[in-house]
This record gives sequence, structure tokens and C-alpha cells, in this order.
Amino acid sequence: MDWSFIQKFTPMYVEAAVLTVTIGVIGILLAIALGLLCALVKYYKIPVARQIVAVYIELSRNTPLIVQLFFLYFGLPKAGILLSSEACGVIGLAFLGGSYMAESFLSGLKSVGKIQLESAESLGLRRGQVMRYIVIPQAASVSVPALAANVIFLLKETSVFSAVSLADLMYVAKDLIGMYYNTGEALTMLVAAYLVIILPISIVFSLLERRMRRAGN
Amino acid sequence: MQGIEVLFMGNNMLRLLDGLWVTLRLSLISIGLSLVIGIFVGAFMLVKNPVVKAICRVYIEIVRIMPQLVWLFIIFFGITKLTGINLNGETAAVIMLTIWGASEVGDLVRAAFSAIPKHQFESGLSLGLKKVQLYAYIIFPQAIRGLVPDIINLSTRMIKTTALVSLIGVTEVLKVGKQIIDANRFEYPNAALWVYAAIFMMYFLICFPLSLLSRKLTKKRGE
Repeated sequence: MDWSFIQKFTPMYVEAAVLTVTIGVIGILLAIALGLLCALVKYYKIPVARQIVAVYIELSRNTPLIVQLFFLYFGLPKAGILLSSEACGVIGLAFLGGSYMAESFLSGLKSVGKIQLESAESLGLRRGQVMRYIVIPQAASVSVPALAANVIFLLKETSVFSAVSLADLMYVAKDLIGMYYNTGEALTMLVAAYLVIILPISIVFSLLERRMRRAGN
Repeated sequence: MQGIEVLFMGNNMLRLLDGLWVTLRLSLISIGLSLVIGIFVGAFMLVKNPVVKAICRVYIEIVRIMPQLVWLFIIFFGITKLTGINLNGETAAVIMLTIWGASEVGDLVRAAFSAIPKHQFESGLSLGLKKVQLYAYIIFPQAIRGLVPDIINLSTRMIKTTALVSLIGVTEVLKVGKQIIDANRFEYPNAALWVYAAIFMMYFLICFPLSLLSRKLTKKRGE
């Protein structure tokens, strides 16, 4: 292990990690918003929008992120829509994540039985109140673990961004391997960088999930 | 916006389909190997021995924590550097997909068997069934029924993950698409739009029916 090499290029990895996390976080937040919207459309069975959401979910879930990104980055400019690498990363992640998030939200909403809704209504609660006091607290215990799993899944998917020439961790690692042949060091730093990003989140989420499960029972 | 003709010019479509077959072949080999190895991983996880259990758990968690592309790089670049064995891209892809797939299958197998209530074992034994009969007639049929939809779902994930192998130079469908785009750069400058749209639809047409099947079987399981 060549420590001077590691020392020299650590700042490059830090920079790339910051970029990966930034784009990841923006993409994931958009995915959550999009997912919530789609879930509500499906939950309230809004006509037309519901069919569009169904088609979107199937398209997004049944294609790989890298193909979605290639279409956005190389395909769309030919139709006059030019997107930067960063924009492609964010849009791609939101497009992919939105459907996974939607399913997680929806499974939570659907887990609240009809009897609960009817009881709430007969108690005189308004629609908003039913949502706020009855549905959301119960749905959260089902949705949150699934949403957390999606966040980790999407963070891992960000590794594909290098394919649309975003200077993320994979990009830096591949660059260093190509330029200096210090494969061992470059890969070790790559693994370390991903561990630093994903491991704490994964631990926090599994603790959260345990608490949620206890609250659910 | 024109240029869709490029897909049907010469043998372009055939070449794309050839590339798709490379993707599918790699996926199918990996899924097959993952099933065989994953069943053993799952069986080891159900063993009472805590050390064996812990080793399997650690294996699954280590595989899970890293993005698949990182594993692909570790295997493709790292193993060559470490051992001097020169893996070609396809072999590296199958190794990566199998290591990952086997860990996922293992976890699914464990979950499927743990989900069978204890009274099924006890009732079977108290009816006087032998161990072999108990497993053949009562446990396996239930476990497999629970397992099949999840395995199909995992297969679609593995097919989608196979798209990554173009990044280590395997000539699969994405790479062929790029070749077609480059070859037609001047006559059909818009080729990229249509070629990538076509590849998008190819993946969709393969994974969507599998997803539907998995969903249908899951619903059936619920009844």
C-alpha cells in the first residue's frame, strides 16, 4: 500500500464524495416528493393522472438507471433538450427513485384499514384530519422502513453517474487506475469512501426501523 | 427528430438484439449460479450453529453495503492486480453478479423457511411422517411457493444490473448501441435518441412481464 499516493489523492476523493452525496441527496429528495405525489394520486384514485402514474411506475421500475441516464444524457440533446451531467444525475435518480418511493408510501397508506377511515369519518373528522391524525401515524410505521431501504438503494445507484461523465467516486477511481496503475490504493479508497457514506446511514436506519417496529406493535 | 430509420437500416436491429442476447446470457448464467449457491447460503443460515450463521450474515451484509458497480471494479481491476489472473469482462461480470445474487437468494431462502410456522413441522411429525416426508410433502412445497415470486423479482434486478457491465468493456446491448450511433454519426446525427429509446424499451419488455408474473404469484400466495 502506497501511503503517499493515498495522501496525495484523498482530497480528490473527498471532492468526488461531496459531489456524489450532493447529487444523491437532491435526487432522493425529489424522488420522495415525486413518490408522495404518485402515491396520493393512486390512493385517491384520481382519474387520468392515475393511469399516467401507473405507466410511469412500470417504466421506471423495469429499466436500469444507466439506460435511463444514457437516454437523458446522449438521447435527449438530439431532440433539442440539453442537460448537464449533474442535471441528468438528479433527474435520473428522481425518475428511478420516484416509483420505488411511491410504492413504499402506498403500501403504508393501504395498510390503514377501511374500518379506521369509516370510524374516523363517523366521529366527524374532516378529510384532512383523518389524514393527519389517523392515516399518517399508522402508515408511517409501515412506510418508513421501506423508504429508508429505498434511500440506501438510491445512494448505491449513484455509482452509475460516472457513465454520464459526472466526476463522482467511480470516475475518480477509474481515472487513477488508468493514469497511475495504483489499482490497489485507488480501489481501497473507493471502498472506504462508500463505506463512510453508506455505513452510518445504514446503521441509523436499522436502529430507526427497530424502533418503528416496536411502535407499530 | 427524424432518424428512427437508423434502427432498421442494414442489420442494426439484429446487432442490437445480438447485444441484448449477450446481456441476457450473462444474466441467465448468473441467476442460475446464484440459485445453486444461494440455496446453500440459505441452508447455512438456518443451521443452529451461531458461527456458521454469523459468517453468512457478514457475507450478505458486506455484499449489500457496496454498490454493485464498486464490486464489479474490485473484481475486474482488483483481482487482476492482486493475483495476475487476467479476467475478461464477461467472467468478471458473472462473478460479480453471482456473488451478489447468491447473497440475495440466500437471504430469500432463509426468510422463506423461517416464515413457515413451527406448528407445520410439529403437526407433520405428530402425524408420523418421517423427516424426509415432512420436508418433501409439507415444508418444501410451502417454502417454494413463497420463494418463487421473490426469485423472479430478484431476476429482474439482476437483468437490470447486467447493464453495468458495459462500463468494463463487455460488448453488450448498450455498447452495440454506442457503436451504431458512432457509425451513423454523419448520416443520422439523431441516432442516439432512437437507439437509447430502443434499448430502454428492450429492457422494459423483458423485465415488465417478469414483474407482472411476480406480482400475480405474490397475490396468489396471499390468499
